[in-house]
Amino acid sequence: MLQELLFSLPQVLIDGLALGAIYAVVALGYTMVYGILQLINFAHGEIFMTGAFIGTGFFIMLMGMSWAAAIPQLLLFIIVILITASFTGLIGVGMERVAYRPLRGAPRLIPLITAIGISFILQDVIRFIAELTTGRYILTGPSLFSDQITISFSSISSWFNNASFKTSFLIVLITAILLMVALDYFVNRTKWGTAIRAVSLDRETASLMSINVNKVISTTFFVGSALGGATGVLFAMQYGTIDPYIGFILGLKAFIAAVLGGIGNIRGAMLGGILLGVMEMFAAANLSVLTGGIFGAEYKDVFAFAILIIVLIFRPEGLLGKPTAEKV
Amino acid sequence: MMKEKLIGFLQNKWSQVILFTLFVVITSLSLYLSQKSVVAFLLLLASLLILYYMKLKNLTKWIIGGGILFILLPMASSGGPAFQSYMEVATMVGIYVAMALGLNIVVGLAGLLDLGFVAFFAVGAYSYAIFATPQASNFMPFGSYPLGGESFWIFLIIGGICAAIAGVLIGIPVLRVKGDYLAIVTLGFGEIIRIVFNNLDRPVNFTNGAMGISSVTPPSIFGIQLVFPHHFYFVTLVILAFTIFAVLRFEHSKLGRSWKAVRENEIAAQAMGIPLVKTKLLAFALGATFSGMMGVVFAAKQAFIDPTSFTLLESFTILVMVVLGGMGSVPGVILGAALVTILNLQVLTELTNWVNQLTLNGIINVPDALSPAKMQKLIFGLLLVIFALYRPIGLIPAKNKKFDEKKLKTNRLAIDRENTVAIDKDNV
Repeated sequence: MLQELLFSLPQVLIDGLALGAIYAVVALGYTMVYGILQLINFAHGEIFMTGAFIGTGFFIMLMGMSWAAAIPQLLLFIIVILITASFTGLIGVGMERVAYRPLRGAPRLIPLITAIGISFILQDVIRFIAELTTGRYILTGPSLFSDQITISFSSISSWFNNASFKTSFLIVLITAILLMVALDYFVNRTKWGTAIRAVSLDRETASLMSINVNKVISTTFFVGSALGGATGVLFAMQYGTIDPYIGFILGLKAFIAAVLGGIGNIRGAMLGGILLGVMEMFAAANLSVLTGGIFGAEYKDVFAFAILIIVLIFRPEGLLGKPTAEKV
Repeated sequence: MMKEKLIGFLQNKWSQVILFTLFVVITSLSLYLSQKSVVAFLLLLASLLILYYMKLKNLTKWIIGGGILFILLPMASSGGPAFQSYMEVATMVGIYVAMALGLNIVVGLAGLLDLGFVAFFAVGAYSYAIFATPQASNFMPFGSYPLGGESFWIFLIIGGICAAIAGVLIGIPVLRVKGDYLAIVTLGFGEIIRIVFNNLDRPVNFTNGAMGISSVTPPSIFGIQLVFPHHFYFVTLVILAFTIFAVLRFEHSKLGRSWKAVRENEIAAQAMGIPLVKTKLLAFALGATFSGMMGVVFAAKQAFIDPTSFTLLESFTILVMVVLGGMGSVPGVILGAALVTILNLQVLTELTNWVNQLTLNGIINVPDALSPAKMQKLIFGLLLVIFALYRPIGLIPAKNKKFDEKKLKTNRLAIDRENTVAIDKDNV
């Protein structure tokens, strides 16, 4: 059994890293908003999905133009990701303005309900647009960076199988890491980042220190949603086919990643995302081996939720979070 | 002057009764005579809403409402071929009302946002479907399956109990987390149960996986097999009446008051001696029970179930009903559930047919993407956002029972006096 596990390990690690990087960046959006508003932004998964659609739309559009063919693919990719990120960032800001800001004093149940509503609206609006323009709501993007690369792990030791991946895997990984590093710098080293941290510590005191709380919250939503949208583009590039319903489950998984790492903690979200991605891929590849064929790969979502429940019961503050006592 | 007179006239009890009777008679007659008129059917249902606002005693309202639902509605719609489809819609309304009332206990009264509520419905549905088909012989060492139609009545209780057990099992790990986490975890559980039912055809075939379970034995009573929608209409109605009665009693019981206390402030409630875990678990279990019972009815009515009937959208639909009607308010939730179900089953389908007709005739060209039947999610989303923003209390807000302070005081004084008199007598 161990032999089988080791044999598939290189491929599992590579697939897991790609998925984990995507989870990690989406989880950042959850964690930032939770840190500042103590609110689970349910619609964040839909922002991710919107990003995937906007990005794919741009790719398709640009591919159709003759002059775009002259531009190197990498540059094209960077342009698309920047445009998509700013679009989804604005959607995030608008969402906060319409659905969350008026409810800041309301019971916590109410913003959750608007978040669910917003995510339904986004799903359906995207479906309309996709179906109106292309005739169907499942979209397949142009295949970019699709050269296969094989690393022959088998030459290292006969225990391992060879692992192969597309060039897009490298781009996903590198972009995700760049995004995370940039965010870490933004939050920890810049003036705006300091303001965000101040507001998440204590909103009222921060406003006394002449920090414009509403602006800071809007910025947080912009940054989180921009990251989510950019990840959507990465996802579309890595996996090819997208539909308006990918955001929900992926958003949930990213939320699980955020909780795993410690919600509100930015580095925790990154760690949680990578861990969850690798664990999920491991489960998908090996569950049937481990359980003697009783459970198959179709239980991988159950596995992710089981992780969430176990974390919430035994370590609700997450891996990197600090436990907080509730005050009366 | 005219306006005042009109208002005065409308406020009068007897003029209300006369107008109401007129309304009911006209709508039932038009429903009976012109079979295709969905409007008449809906207006007849709406008469119950009017009844709710009339100045009558509660008991009278219940009797009239029961009369309309049990006798008038089936009679009036029985005049033609559309009878069964009306009864089908009415049955679905009943099923959803009972489920929404169950969720209302969890979300509205106890303040625990449960996003996986359809799981309990699925548990109830599968519990009957498995035993009322040969499916059960795959794993049961004794007995012969399918069970007969009479077992349906026992399974109403068994389904409820199974769902309640599922509720407690889910509740125990979940209730250690709070608020928003609870929402996500219950959502996860709802998905887990669906995935498990979807894949439980291996290693032992419990649920027949994604293929679903078909030809579920129809229930029977006194040797009559219940197969038509109007049979299930009456079954649903009886269970619904029981549910409404139970929910109202629970709301005003000690347990109901502790739910509300937990909802308002957990820590304060705990300080007042309310056992937090027990109260929350009871909310989960009782809410699940009603859902499970209706699951049994659903399985028997459809005669076929598969995991696609129990998706996340279904859970959210029930949540929309509760939010729309008014969290914590029993009449509100009934109204919300009825509105959403009718919107889903009647209004959207009718609109789609109408739009298709127009497109066929070339009057307007509505692309397939915009067909109203596909707009469900958008409409639900808008409803949720608009109601949460502008009317979080819902269509019919919850009312707390009012106690007359003076009356309570005099009552207590009277009791005290009796006691002192009794003590005096003892002393003498």
